[in-house]
Amino acid sequence: MTHPNSSAAPVLSVRHLKIDLHGGAQTLVHDLSFDVRPGEFLAVVGESGSGKTMAARAILQLLPPGIAQSGGQIVFDGEDLSTRDVKAMRPIRGPGIGMVFQEPMVSLNPVHRIGEQMAEGLRMHTKLSAAEIRARCLDMLRRVQIADPERCLHAYPHEFSGGMRQRIMLASVMLLKPHLLIADEPTTALDTLSQREVLDLMVGLAKDQGTAVLLITHNLGLVGRYAQRAIVLEKGKLVETGDVPAILVDPKQPYTRKLVDALPRRQAAKPAPAAPQQPLVQVRGLCVSYPGARAGFFKRHAPVQVIDQLDLDIHPGEMVALVGGSGSGKTTLGRAILRLAPSHAGQILFRGDDVRRADRAALHRFRLACQLVFQDPFSSLDPRMRVQEIVAEPLRHLPALDAAARGKRVHETLDEVGLDGLGARYPHELSGGQRQRVAIARALVRRPAFVVADEPVSALDMTIQAQVLRLFQSLQAHHGFACLFISHDLAAVEQIADRVVVMERGRIVEQGPRDAVFDQPSHAYTQALLAATPRPLASLAESVPRPSEKVFA
Amino acid sequence: MKKLKTHTLVGGVLIGVLLVLALVAALWTPYNPLGIDLRGKLQPPSAAHWLGTDEFGRDVASRAMRAASTSCLIALLTVALATAVGLVVGVLAGFVRGWTDRVLMAFNDTLLAFPGLLLALGVMVIVGANQWGIVLALSMAYAPSVVRVVRGTVLSLREREYVEASRMIGNGEIYTMWRHILPNCVAPVAVLATSMFGWVLLSESALSFLGLGVPPPAPTWGNMLSSARPYMASAVWLCLVPGLCIALTLLGINLLGESLRDRLDPRTEKS
Repeated sequence: MTHPNSSAAPVLSVRHLKIDLHGGAQTLVHDLSFDVRPGEFLAVVGESGSGKTMAARAILQLLPPGIAQSGGQIVFDGEDLSTRDVKAMRPIRGPGIGMVFQEPMVSLNPVHRIGEQMAEGLRMHTKLSAAEIRARCLDMLRRVQIADPERCLHAYPHEFSGGMRQRIMLASVMLLKPHLLIADEPTTALDTLSQREVLDLMVGLAKDQGTAVLLITHNLGLVGRYAQRAIVLEKGKLVETGDVPAILVDPKQPYTRKLVDALPRRQAAKPAPAAPQQPLVQVRGLCVSYPGARAGFFKRHAPVQVIDQLDLDIHPGEMVALVGGSGSGKTTLGRAILRLAPSHAGQILFRGDDVRRADRAALHRFRLACQLVFQDPFSSLDPRMRVQEIVAEPLRHLPALDAAARGKRVHETLDEVGLDGLGARYPHELSGGQRQRVAIARALVRRPAFVVADEPVSALDMTIQAQVLRLFQSLQAHHGFACLFISHDLAAVEQIADRVVVMERGRIVEQGPRDAVFDQPSHAYTQALLAATPRPLASLAESVPRPSEKVFA
Repeated sequence: MKKLKTHTLVGGVLIGVLLVLALVAALWTPYNPLGIDLRGKLQPPSAAHWLGTDEFGRDVASRAMRAASTSCLIALLTVALATAVGLVVGVLAGFVRGWTDRVLMAFNDTLLAFPGLLLALGVMVIVGANQWGIVLALSMAYAPSVVRVVRGTVLSLREREYVEASRMIGNGEIYTMWRHILPNCVAPVAVLATSMFGWVLLSESALSFLGLGVPPPAPTWGNMLSSARPYMASAVWLCLVPGLCIALTLLGINLLGESLRDRLDPRTEKS
């Protein structure tokens, strides 16, 4: 692959950048050097704590208090930015270097209209008249495919979804035609479909305006799809730098290899059970609706149908993946099956008994056989309890176990999830991945027959995701529970699922064995989801033929 | 960690001295705090009377000590009663929700709408001006703010995923509330309770100052302060002593409250 302008002077040239915490107590970035060439799409890859965000903030001289650049140069447009003071940076921020942040929900000011926020930059950096500014804003909003841009200018940020807000953010940054755009995990908070929209628009706009893009991400899939070059950071050090197909297909450094290996891979399908079994969970005609918004003191709008006449079977020992974009109702379905959310019609049969109409005792028996693993490992554990207490808690409903047997079971389970010896810790003393292991241990300690896992790995780093997925898979193989695995990440689903169920707006649009759904998706929505999922290894395998294992075909 | 230790130390010493004085005063004071000696009135601090004497020749040090036990007892009882009532009502409102919540909160907000001191005055008029009357009146004045804090905390805690996880485990609602919600309410309530101790001391002084506190001649810091007012220029120690007592107690309580909050949160335990 050849790069346009690969011989031209770089837009940004970082030399021996060093960033310290509290005057040298800890070094966050060591001796980092890289160039960004005009018009190129460069990815900065690394896990949490690798210093990638700090490096990006240093470029804009936006380091948080207590953290400072202690060495090196950041040369932009022939001048070292680190010698500029706050006032001298102002003409650079915006027209020189633009930045898109990770969290679209908080990066727009909620009390100002979109139009005012977009116009701010142009008013400050150009001498355009109000009418011209308005025209440019409208133009740009159209460019990022916001429907009805006129209305958008007068709307407030809360009226838009996360993906739309990120597009608006992108529009207001690109209005100033920066030479360099820094995007710090711009789509991590979005679902697969919005992620694709935002990044495709970003690439298109950058190409139109000749902007170079520095994309900071932990997602190698995005790197493979969008970037021309990548640099890999580990604990603040530059580990590897290289052109994109090569660095993913044939990484030179062990750390890069580890990141690439963490990409989800499809594994051989389990042999189907010989005799058809009675399903463990049968959902029949389930409906869930939320009460409508208040329309007056006594009146409400019509209820919103979240789950609509839904049927689903889950067999014993089966791993069923439930996929869909944000708002498709997949989380609500999981919670409704467990009766954590109320449902309004239909049946939920567990081993033949209707759970929806169960009385207290029957519901208690049902709960004893079921468990839930939450998405956010930071809020699903009681901060005041030690790990061993958290894991032991479900056992208090098993009177057959005495104290010694309980202790033994807790110990065994912690051992199984790889948390041996951490029982006396509090949740805040653990990392995200370890916390999610605690949550899994809590769910499995009672040997449930059915587990609902709601996005259990989406809050974790790529390598940790891979570890937790593998752990989950091996535990499932060992204990043989049935599992409803809810996820918007088709890559993870491909690795783990036996059967895939695709949901759109409260209905199942397609379901079938994993290989069938992934290889021959029949419904348009499934096809769109699959197309939006970055599949780095597969797409690269076409350009660089290489006898690798079948990954994400 | 270092900062925490200084807080705890200074706060602990202040409150420790106060408690020792209050306890000792219950058994012994240098002079009889009620003993009138009109020949030796308004004497400045001396070897015989360390903190001087008041307008009736009573020993100010003895009176301040006795007042410490009365004031602290009133403040402690009030804080205990207000916190207990506040916790019960707040948890009930936050956890049961629905109509229970609405009725309780409507009543609570009505109470909150009155200025605390005015409410206390009203109650005092009904139950009479004595030690127990003050405790009851001030509890009624302060419980509503505890209710607000507890209800808010419970409402946010009950949506946490670990509360849902507890439900999934098969735990009953009451157990969940006891095991997962109440302990997580302790930190904000403890902080509120310590600052409340200070407010109650002040309110009690204010009530005494208005003549509705513990009836004279029994001393409290508030009524000492109020009777010292005419002598502010001529016998400055008369208002300085109770004033300083109140100020130092408040300081100690606040320092101790801050370290208590840090202590109660396991997240700061080992940092």
